[in-house]
Amino acid sequence: MTAEFWITQTFNGLSYGALLFLLASGLSLIFGVMRIVNLAHGSYFLLGGYVGLSVAWRTRSFVAALLAGALAIALIGVGMERLFLRRLSGQTLGQVLLTIGFALIFQDLALLLWGGDPYSLPVPPALQGVLTVGGLRFPRYRLFIMALAVLVGASLWLALDRTRVGAMIRAAVDDAEMAQGVGIRVPTVSMGVFALGAFLAALGGVIGGGFLGVYPGLDFEILPYAFVVVIVGGLGSLPGAMVGSLLVGLLDNFGKALFPELAYFTLFAPMALILALRPTGLFGRT
Amino acid sequence: MRNRRAVVVGVTVAAGAAVVAPFLSAYPLTLLTQAAIVGILAMSLDLLLGYTGLPSLGHAAYFGVAAYAVGILSTEYRSGFFTCLLVGLTLATLTAAVFGLLAIRATGTYFLMITLALGMVVWGLAFRWVSMTKGDNGIAGVPRPEGFLPWSLGAPLPFFYFTLLAALVAWTLLGLLVRSPFGLGLMGIRESESRMRALGYNVWLHKYLAFVIAGGFAGFAGVFWAYYNGFVSPVDVQLVTSVETLLMVALGGPGTLAGPALGAAVIVFLKNFVSVYTKRWLLILGAVYIGVILFAPRGVLGAFRRER
Repeated sequence: MTAEFWITQTFNGLSYGALLFLLASGLSLIFGVMRIVNLAHGSYFLLGGYVGLSVAWRTRSFVAALLAGALAIALIGVGMERLFLRRLSGQTLGQVLLTIGFALIFQDLALLLWGGDPYSLPVPPALQGVLTVGGLRFPRYRLFIMALAVLVGASLWLALDRTRVGAMIRAAVDDAEMAQGVGIRVPTVSMGVFALGAFLAALGGVIGGGFLGVYPGLDFEILPYAFVVVIVGGLGSLPGAMVGSLLVGLLDNFGKALFPELAYFTLFAPMALILALRPTGLFGRT
Repeated sequence: MRNRRAVVVGVTVAAGAAVVAPFLSAYPLTLLTQAAIVGILAMSLDLLLGYTGLPSLGHAAYFGVAAYAVGILSTEYRSGFFTCLLVGLTLATLTAAVFGLLAIRATGTYFLMITLALGMVVWGLAFRWVSMTKGDNGIAGVPRPEGFLPWSLGAPLPFFYFTLLAALVAWTLLGLLVRSPFGLGLMGIRESESRMRALGYNVWLHKYLAFVIAGGFAGFAGVFWAYYNGFVSPVDVQLVTSVETLLMVALGGPGTLAGPALGAAVIVFLKNFVSVYTKRWLLILGAVYIGVILFAPRGVLGAFRRER
């Protein structure tokens, strides 16, 4: 166990956490406003990756892949929310079954359209290679993910904390009924938040395509991570999603490196501990 | 008795299956066997979801723990049926006892998410703890139970009767449980936790015991599943298996026991028939989820139930 091991693993954990933040911040916001447990959230991540892949093949543009993947999935999210989930507001079990139904359909459609082979998203040359600092090697792409997550996190925080729309969202999170009462169009806010959540998850999927790859089964593999982040951080809390993502990224990386056979245990045992001490998560409110 | 119709339907279907079984070929017989086993799993979840109002998203965990116990014991140690049954039940119950301590603290959506995450712990172990579980390859070659009955359980027909008997035992025990004062307490908690607390009931203990008992019965199903399939793999403990069980309960009508068992049979037959005709059965299963929720939210049997 050299210092190099610890630094490299910490770096890898933080960059994985940055990717998880993109995925989980949307899930947390959606939950905060609409109290929906969205089991199709991992599917947004996977579909975003696939759409991004197709666009990247056609246009050879990484930016186009990012935007097209995220926007396409945001549209799917809006459709799901408007046409289906809205009818089931307040029915937790119904929402769970509905979103898992969609997750299965998306899984099968992805298999039908993109086949069963794993792919890797082509990364632009500027983001390839490694940055060497004091003899330690840091992949540029992972640095890029961390920078993007910081950017997204800061924008979200500014938007939520400093703008009128952000205030409306926070009001809807705190008490949807009262927010409706003072004239905030909660259904419109819900739709926007759902679209944003799907957008962020798909953005994560396109970016994840550059180092995790895109392959069948990724949707249900990544979903529990998003859930653990949200559980640890507290439902509906943006700071919670940030801290939770980094914690989960680090735990997962060190778990896999130090105890490969018990990797999930090292991820879930601390989650259980946090829950035992704070049932609503680190930043959650009751 | 509110559930009399469910009991009548359940008995009729079980008796019908028992009568026609000797005339069936091997394939429909294995489907009936599968339906009986998965029916036990669905009934065990109904105790939580239908009677206590706790929607668990990790119920496959206890099912899988028991199935793995049987798989490992019967292949590595050549253990007999009763050893496997006992160890499987004990481990599943213990797992539920530990998970329950964490999960019962939470309510509503938190409960869903925590049970999902706890279920994933078991999946992760099944997938990664390769020296114990053989990882993704699974444990193959689980032999059918032998030597404690005067006839062999190797053939499909006797094994079907064996699992049908197990399902009837589970149904009877769970039926007695939900009609007991304890079971009525659970239903009270489902309707209003605060009222039950005000009446002096220990709500936490009721929920916890229901959670542990449901885990034990899921383990009971898991034991038979390992013997039926002859194979145990991470698929048995994955999230989709847990959610499929929820679908069976929702389809059959929560809080009727027989309903979820029939829901299980419907899904088992549907899955197998559809997969004969098309590779796209996940697509169809997904559509079934959405259809059930939109058009029969109280379940197929629930649709016949009188209003409370």
